[in-house]
Amino acid sequence: MSGWRLWVPLLMFAGFFGVAGYQLSQPKNEFIESRMVGRELPYFDLRPATTDLPGIASAQFGDGQPRLLNIWASWCVPCIAEAPYLEQLQEQGAPIVGIAIRDRPEDVARFLERHGNPYVAVGADDLSEVQFAIGSSGVPETFVIDGQGRITHQHIGDIRETDVPVLLEKLREAGA
Amino acid sequence: MTALRPFSAAALRQALMALMALLMLSLGAPLLAQQSLPPAPYANRQLDDPAQEAIAHELMATLRCLECQSQAINDSDSPMAGDMRHQVRISVASGEHPEAIRAWLMERYGDYVSYTPQVSATTWPLFVVPLLILLVAGAIFWRRFARRA
Repeated sequence: MSGWRLWVPLLMFAGFFGVAGYQLSQPKNEFIESRMVGRELPYFDLRPATTDLPGIASAQFGDGQPRLLNIWASWCVPCIAEAPYLEQLQEQGAPIVGIAIRDRPEDVARFLERHGNPYVAVGADDLSEVQFAIGSSGVPETFVIDGQGRITHQHIGDIRETDVPVLLEKLREAGA
Repeated sequence: MTALRPFSAAALRQALMALMALLMLSLGAPLLAQQSLPPAPYANRQLDDPAQEAIAHELMATLRCLECQSQAINDSDSPMAGDMRHQVRISVASGEHPEAIRAWLMERYGDYVSYTPQVSATTWPLFVVPLLILLVAGAIFWRRFARRA
C-alpha cells in the first residue's frame, strides 16, 4: 500500500473532529420559528380574557389596519419585563391585541393593573388552541398582522428596548 | 470497618434523600406558578375507545414538546404539552388521521415538532451517506476477495 493511503483514515477522523468541534462551538438557536409567517391568520373567536376589555376574533383583522398580536400570560415572567416596551409601542401608535394563554380573568386584571394595559382587546386561549394554530411555541411572542389579516412578522421572546423601533418599522411595512 | 458500613450507607441514603427533596422543591416551584388553570380535559385522560387511545398514544410519542425541547408530549408535564395532548386526542376522536394531525403541526412548526425522520433538503445526507459507505465498503471487500481468488 502506498504511503499516502495510510493517512486517509486519520484525515477523515480529523475532518469529522473539526466539523463536530465547530458545530459545538456555535451558539444554539432554540427558537422555533412559525411557518405561518406570510400566511393568513387562522380562524379564531376568543371570549374576553378580563371583564374590562373586549375579546378578539380573527374576523376583526383584515380591515386595512395593521396590528400587533401579543401572545402572553399573567403567569409568564418575561411578560412583566416586556410590559413597559409594549406600552411604549402603544404610545407610539401601535394598536396591540393580546391573547392570554391559560389564564384566569382575575389574574389578567391584576396583571394589567400592576404592569399597565397596552391592549385594545385581550382574548382568552384556555387550551392554547390559537397558539398552536399560529405556530407560536411559548410566551411571550408578538406577531405583526397586516391590513389584509396576513401574518408578516414574528418576534419570539420578550420585547426589549431595541426591538421597539424594529416592530414599529415592521408595522409600517405591513400598513403599506 | 464492617460494623460501620451499614450505618454509613444509611447516612448516605439520608443525605441523598434530603438533597433530592431540596432539588424537587426548587424544581417544583416554577411549575406550580404556571398552573393557573387546570389541565385541559384530555391532557391526562385517555379516550374511552381503547383503539383510538392507542392511535393517539402512538402519535403523541412522536410529537416533540415545544416548551421542553427534549421530550415527547406524552412524556412532559408542561401545560403546553398537556394542551397538545388534548388537541391530539380530540382530533383522533373526531376521526382525523394521525398523519394529518402531524402534517397540521408540521405546517406550523416545521420538522422540529416531529420525531419521525423525514427526507428533506437538509436531512437527505443522513439517508444517502450510509448507503454510500455501504457501497464503498462493499467495493473494498469485493476487491480483496477478488484478488485472493
